[in-house]
Amino acid sequence: MGLFILRRAGVMLLTALCLTFIVFFLTNLFPNLEKLAKTQGDMRMSDEQVISWLDRNGYLQPLPVKYGQWLGILPGWTLEGDDGSIAGRCISPGMDPADAPRFCGVLQGDWGDSTVFKDEVSSIIGTRLGLTGKLMFWVMVLMVPSALLVGVLAGMREGSKLDRSLSTFSIASTATPEYVSGVIFITLFASSATGLKWFKGTATSAAENATFENFFLPVLTISLYGMGYIARMTRASMTEVMTAQYIRTARLKGVSFRNIVIKHALRNALIAPFTVIMLQFPWLLNGVVIVETLFNYKGFGWTLVQAASNNDIELLLACSVVAVFVVLVTQLISDIGYVFLNPRIRIA
Amino acid sequence: MEPLSWTGILGPVLNPIFLTAWAVFFLAALAQIILSFIPGTTNIQGNATLTATRGPGDYAMLVVKWSFAVIVATTLAYLIGGILVPGIESKGIIGAVSTRLLPVWIALVATFAFSIAYKRKLGLYGKLFDSPIGMVGFGIVMFWVFTGFCAAFDLIITHDPLTQVSGMKNKVPGTPLAGAEAGDYAYYLLGGDNLARDVFSRMIAGSWEVLKIAPFATVFAFMVGITLGLPAGYYGGRLDTFLSFLANLVLAFPVILLFYLLVTPEIVLTGIPTYMAAVLFLFPIIFLVVLFNSRFYTQPSKRNIYVAITLVVGLWIYLGIAWDADPLGIISLPGNILVVFVSVVFVNSPTVFRIVRGIVLDIRTRDYVAAGQTRGEGAWYIMLWEILPNARGPLIVDFCLRIGYTTILLGTLGFFGLGVSPESPDWGSTINDGRRLLAVFPHPALAPAIALMSLVLGLNLLADGLREESLKD
Repeated sequence: MGLFILRRAGVMLLTALCLTFIVFFLTNLFPNLEKLAKTQGDMRMSDEQVISWLDRNGYLQPLPVKYGQWLGILPGWTLEGDDGSIAGRCISPGMDPADAPRFCGVLQGDWGDSTVFKDEVSSIIGTRLGLTGKLMFWVMVLMVPSALLVGVLAGMREGSKLDRSLSTFSIASTATPEYVSGVIFITLFASSATGLKWFKGTATSAAENATFENFFLPVLTISLYGMGYIARMTRASMTEVMTAQYIRTARLKGVSFRNIVIKHALRNALIAPFTVIMLQFPWLLNGVVIVETLFNYKGFGWTLVQAASNNDIELLLACSVVAVFVVLVTQLISDIGYVFLNPRIRIA
Repeated sequence: MEPLSWTGILGPVLNPIFLTAWAVFFLAALAQIILSFIPGTTNIQGNATLTATRGPGDYAMLVVKWSFAVIVATTLAYLIGGILVPGIESKGIIGAVSTRLLPVWIALVATFAFSIAYKRKLGLYGKLFDSPIGMVGFGIVMFWVFTGFCAAFDLIITHDPLTQVSGMKNKVPGTPLAGAEAGDYAYYLLGGDNLARDVFSRMIAGSWEVLKIAPFATVFAFMVGITLGLPAGYYGGRLDTFLSFLANLVLAFPVILLFYLLVTPEIVLTGIPTYMAAVLFLFPIIFLVVLFNSRFYTQPSKRNIYVAITLVVGLWIYLGIAWDADPLGIISLPGNILVVFVSVVFVNSPTVFRIVRGIVLDIRTRDYVAAGQTRGEGAWYIMLWEILPNARGPLIVDFCLRIGYTTILLGTLGFFGLGVSPESPDWGSTINDGRRLLAVFPHPALAPAIALMSLVLGLNLLADGLREESLKD
């Protein structure tokens, strides 16, 4: 088991390195850098000015060197200006160059500065992740129990009317992406078209003060898309368990249907959905980006969109590290959890 | 001129029936679900037969059935009546839309009549018409397919999807066209958007935008996934480890981040999409060449013909699509479409790879594979002509689901304004345009939203029907 986790952690690290390098490569392509220079400096810069701006800010070094500096395994660049002042990656404005550390990268805990928000990346990511965490928490609270309930009720008696109606509902909910259901919900519950102004169409105020009125629609929109999938998986695993031999034995012994479902079937039926719920996290990340943009909730997804559309390299890298971390950790947890829940499976 | 009403002269007759039927349907369906927990009573008769008396639950089921039949009948009456009633004012919006869609209805009825008549001779496709869910799904999908083709030939649309007409900004559905001249369609059937363009025409034109990319991108993703997944599953070992690592790498990328990094005008400038296309689009050619070669290599004359045709046509299309260097100058793909196409293929193929690999790992232990190996068949022959046909069931089902997912992805791209021209009528960017004014004028965003949802729902239902029918074998 220990060896397994160690090996998975090694693969994780390798994946994270590869992915960040790809993001680094794509954001550091010359046209992207040119765009960055023009948005940071002046829109009407000539080509020579762009080159000199990039050179002054250390963007023209070879790619592996820049990547090493970002990681913190190579010393940060320094450059002596014409007037003798020394600028560098690790030298923040107003700092004496002599005091500046030689290495400043992710390994040293320095995530760099955001060019869009003019702030430290780590603090931006921290606050934004907190806000998204709040959103995700309520999504999970709403989505998981209702999806499991729908799945178990549908899978309890395969082919019954209840099964048909609930399965249709789950198919419909997987077929409705967030940007469609969000639009429909806002039209129905938050616009003057129907007159039902039960909820608010934006969740900006929910960042400080989340209430049912301003927070329910985004939560509902994300959970609905994921719910159908989990419910279908739960239903499949429930129908499989209900045909198992030991359920038949229990029925023949005269155990009531209620007790069969609750005491005998449920525990075994919930093993498979656990994996699905864990693997659903990366998908939720997509939903978060769309819903935060749609409802203007300034969380992690919104930040990712801002960073990507402005080519804010260091913020974007931090975002991708977080995203990749979430994906890989949930995969690991789902693998390990599966072994604990299902003693028939052993990891060598 | 008066604005159109929704249902025209049919409304006063049909609307009460329609609404009552829906109310009865909902109440009865609810009652039925609750009553289904009460078991019915069965009696044993003297002659050893078992009879069941109808309980309240069974009556609720009858009510559900009949009210649903009434709903379907009224909907058909709206659509057919709308076509038959003369004069656009008395047709109403629904009738007028239905009249505009006449070519689609004809094509749909023809398809269904033909398929049901010959369903026993059509294999899995014919069996689809045994399952009601599959039929509904197929109907919805074919509706959009026909609509898309008609839109490509300017058949259904009432106005040019890009033209702005002054005075029509954000007008509600059924508004008469301001300053209409003779020959113009006199109404904006589903209203105008915030740039005073016709919402109905844009929605219809958007279906062609989806149809142009989604099925082809899915086919390409499948070719890539199959060509790599077969050897990975069959040989295993280092190759499998390496390819699986690559697939997991792409899958660990959040899709939206990947789109934001890849689908930008700056990336198109660097030519990266072209190189990716150059690699990804080679796979279909490799797939087909290997497919024919492994089957016919004992008959060189036949093999040479097939392989030559594949190579000539394949490389011609390849040069045109990937390198924009078609020697005849017929096939070319604009840069922004190419990058969308490439990234959608890139995102989808690892999942297909994993599915194929999983199935192959299961099938390669079967006896008929061992028999093939004993006969001395080549590895690729076994993979492509023994394993692949036996894996078709799950692959066909996944294909339908994946087109739906690709449609959602394309909508996502449009929603973030990536890779589409700002004027483009595709559904995602129309939803994005409309969402700013959603609280006041919901109709511009609602029409494409419902269109996209219905298409994806249709594909999901179709996949469900196919799964059910293919499991019956």
